Amino acid sequence: MSQPLHRALGLTDDEAGRINEILDREANPLELAMYSVMWSEHCSYKSSRIHLGRLPTEAPWVLVGPGENAGVVDVGDGIAAAIRIESHNHPSAIEPYQGAATGVGGILRDIFTMGARPIALMDPLRFGPLDDPRSRWIAEGVVSGVSGYGNAVGVPTVGGEVVFDETYRGNPLVNVLCLGVLPTERLVLAQASGVGNLAVLLGSSTGRDGIGGVSVLASAGFSEADDGDKRPSVQVGDPYEEKRLIEACLQLLDEGLVVGIQDLGGAGLTCATSETASRGGVGMDVDVSAVPRREPGMEPHEVMTSESQERMLAIVEPEGLERVLDICNRWEVNAAVIGRVTEGGSLRIMDGFGGEVLAEVPAASLDDEAPLYDRPREAPLLPPGPSADDLDAPTDPGVDLLELLADPSWVYSQYDHQLFLNTVIGPGDDAAVLRLKHPTTGFDTGRGLALTTDGNHRWCAVDPRQGTALVVAESVLNLACVGARPLAVVNCLNFGNPEHPEVMWQLSEAVDGMSGACEAFGVPVIGGNVSLYNESAGTDIAPTPVIGLLGLVDRLDTRPPGARLAEGNHLVLLGPDEVGLGGSLWGAAHGAPGGEMPFVDTAMHTRVTTLVRNLVLDGLVAGVHDLSAGGLGVALAEMATRSGVGVHVARVGDHRALFGEGPSRVLVSVDPERLTEVLHRATGAEVDACRLGLATGDRVIVKDLIDLSLAEITSTFIGRLPEALGSGTTNRQPDSR
Amino acid sequence: MSGVVGVVVFPGSNCEMDCIESVSHLGGEGRLLWHGDEDLGSVDAVIVPGGFAHGDYLRPGAIARFSPLMVAVTRFAAAGGPVVGICNGFQILTEAGLLPGALQKNRGLKFLCQPSMIRVETSDSSLTSRASTGDELSIPINHFEGNYTCDDETLARLNDEDRVVLRYVDNPNGSVDDIAGVCNEGRNVVGLMPHPERACNDLLGSSDGSVLLGSLLDLVA
Repeated sequence: MSQPLHRALGLTDDEAGRINEILDREANPLELAMYSVMWSEHCSYKSSRIHLGRLPTEAPWVLVGPGENAGVVDVGDGIAAAIRIESHNHPSAIEPYQGAATGVGGILRDIFTMGARPIALMDPLRFGPLDDPRSRWIAEGVVSGVSGYGNAVGVPTVGGEVVFDETYRGNPLVNVLCLGVLPTERLVLAQASGVGNLAVLLGSSTGRDGIGGVSVLASAGFSEADDGDKRPSVQVGDPYEEKRLIEACLQLLDEGLVVGIQDLGGAGLTCATSETASRGGVGMDVDVSAVPRREPGMEPHEVMTSESQERMLAIVEPEGLERVLDICNRWEVNAAVIGRVTEGGSLRIMDGFGGEVLAEVPAASLDDEAPLYDRPREAPLLPPGPSADDLDAPTDPGVDLLELLADPSWVYSQYDHQLFLNTVIGPGDDAAVLRLKHPTTGFDTGRGLALTTDGNHRWCAVDPRQGTALVVAESVLNLACVGARPLAVVNCLNFGNPEHPEVMWQLSEAVDGMSGACEAFGVPVIGGNVSLYNESAGTDIAPTPVIGLLGLVDRLDTRPPGARLAEGNHLVLLGPDEVGLGGSLWGAAHGAPGGEMPFVDTAMHTRVTTLVRNLVLDGLVAGVHDLSAGGLGVALAEMATRSGVGVHVARVGDHRALFGEGPSRVLVSVDPERLTEVLHRATGAEVDACRLGLATGDRVIVKDLIDLSLAEITSTFIGRLPEALGSGTTNRQPDSR
Repeated sequence: MSGVVGVVVFPGSNCEMDCIESVSHLGGEGRLLWHGDEDLGSVDAVIVPGGFAHGDYLRPGAIARFSPLMVAVTRFAAAGGPVVGICNGFQILTEAGLLPGALQKNRGLKFLCQPSMIRVETSDSSLTSRASTGDELSIPINHFEGNYTCDDETLARLNDEDRVVLRYVDNPNGSVDDIAGVCNEGRNVVGLMPHPERACNDLLGSSDGSVLLGSLLDLVA
């Protein structure tokens, strides 16, 4: 125990010196503990902040941009939508069920903190390969955790992604996105104001779980032996407590009883008290002895940094306190006055109001004066692997196609995706579509919200800038496929160790790629989360920026068709011909993740998305599916198997045309009577349209390349996940010696 | 002037607003009832909705049956008032002894949210008077504990007395004799695992649930 306390808490010597400068004295242990959690990578974004400023964040419909608990946009008819995405990667690697469950709980609190009722969740999930028993253990646990918490808390999970890849073997990615709606006039911000107002802690009592979660877990990578030791840093979730907390908080907001409200997430009470005070330009006295505790003997630093779940901090006027306590009592939610808003900017932690002062720091310094690093950046010397362009053509492309198919329904059938009667299109299609109803009056606007999450580590490994632009383009296209236009992006930037110059270069490039694409498509970035130190045994994950895109469907009188075919439909490929095998699913599956990737032509992309959106809204197509991972081959197989109708296709030259990937490409199925109109519209929009063949019979035939029975494709597609995950799991670490 | 359908809210319930919305979409009027109250007020039918009453702690419905309002619901049912338990509501009604049998974990030990085909087995119940025996309806399920079970004697009685109201066409959860819904001897209390309130609008994929909730509304009109 010879190392100084600040280092044990994860602070560098320079950071400790800076704290002493701010305080103009030596910080005491409680103060050091508070700074260590607030200045952690997870809370302060100290490595990424200088890059995030390059993202476009403004548009006339943006009500709240980045930096608050959630981004908020105006969606018309007096309704605003709040949205946020977060990662819970490291907790989920250690304790999959609780890691994922508390990820869901945390993101919900971010949304109702804004005054919004959470109406939908999405879960982009990435795990190690299916043939690795430990990765299967993580996948099963994470999906159960999302299901167990999300279903019980009563918020539908309407979509997401599930990806299995070697790069996530030691470090899975568990991202979670939440969307909420609120009456525009009820927007509340997480700030304290009004000297003499009270800070009331709502919800669970505070325990020793999750102490230092942000600094121990989220801001360092994994080594081989120590994962078990980190388990006490993972919190435990209680969806029933959260459900009552949601109902109580929304009733407090409905009755206008709170001045400001803030959830307790990473860094617990320290973060909630300092941020609300700092944003309101006030100070706060916190009586640490008034905080309800789960066990005796807890030290003040444990109470101030605990990440116990299902807690909120509400700022209320003293005359409203009695009504606040009544409402909490009705919902069986504990409430305790633990703080008072004061003049000046000091955050004082006290043993009883008027008792001993245990810590006294400028509230704003915990947040605003966190260090900012411009870490070294350097492009990697080597490509991610051999070029897929050098691979031989497959002897039997049908075998290759079957290997690429996986139906995610094993995952999403475990999620309630229909609650609230909004889900017009749920999981499994290009994007989810929800009816847009007023959250308090129930007025149905006749319009819809559309939501998608997308990421592609294969593209981003080849070229993080271009790969991220391709991901944004794919999101916009996904929305077009359900008839929606894009409104706002949130992002979750999952990267490796920022102390590795290649990782900082990847992050910086990805931000530039996202920035360029968002500007070109006129979509602001209204929030985000950065998750660094995604590494295992010194190996960083492939860069994985995940995009959440919210859009609007302007007319929702019928269901968008989705990825469907009907017997006799014509199959038409809309969009450019250019594809590449670099970063493709097929290339990666054959050990060649490198190669040439096509660029996004943003003007062309906008023409394609506008055309597709209008074709869907005007009911001219029987089915629509964007071409993404696995290219045309996988898209044909997916549409056929979902519809129970085969396809007969020609004009596909070779395996490159079959499995190559490129932006701005959409497969539509068209009733013969409407074919002329669709082709005419494409010509008018200056978009290439190629008639590929027909939907017919019970075989999937691509002339000279593929001839498979629909039954075989369907059983492979549907069976892949249940068969792999049914073959047993273990939480044992592989023996690395 | 149509009557009022009361929808019981426990802490942890989550389908109450969906039930109100679908009842109102079908031309009825719904009203929320709080589990801690002691009387039902002037309602003409009661729905115990889905969700996770009291967090499903101990086991689904085990704590909710002790809520003060359940005394009033039991009295209302004994007097012949129509009572429908959907999903968690079905679990609560079995725990409260208003319906026979119990719901255990699904055969596959996974939560299941998916479309399901349900066959109407009798039109003689408060939920199926508008339907015909043999009708097949597409209504989603959404549960972890939906695997209906009862002893052999009870099962024989349910069959003999024509009290199996709904059966799965393709049993998703292992329920005995494919049972998806049953009624009490008076045929006024019905419990079912599928969610008819989620199937009252073609925009959401099916409106087959309208025939069930519509039957209930006929009784209160």
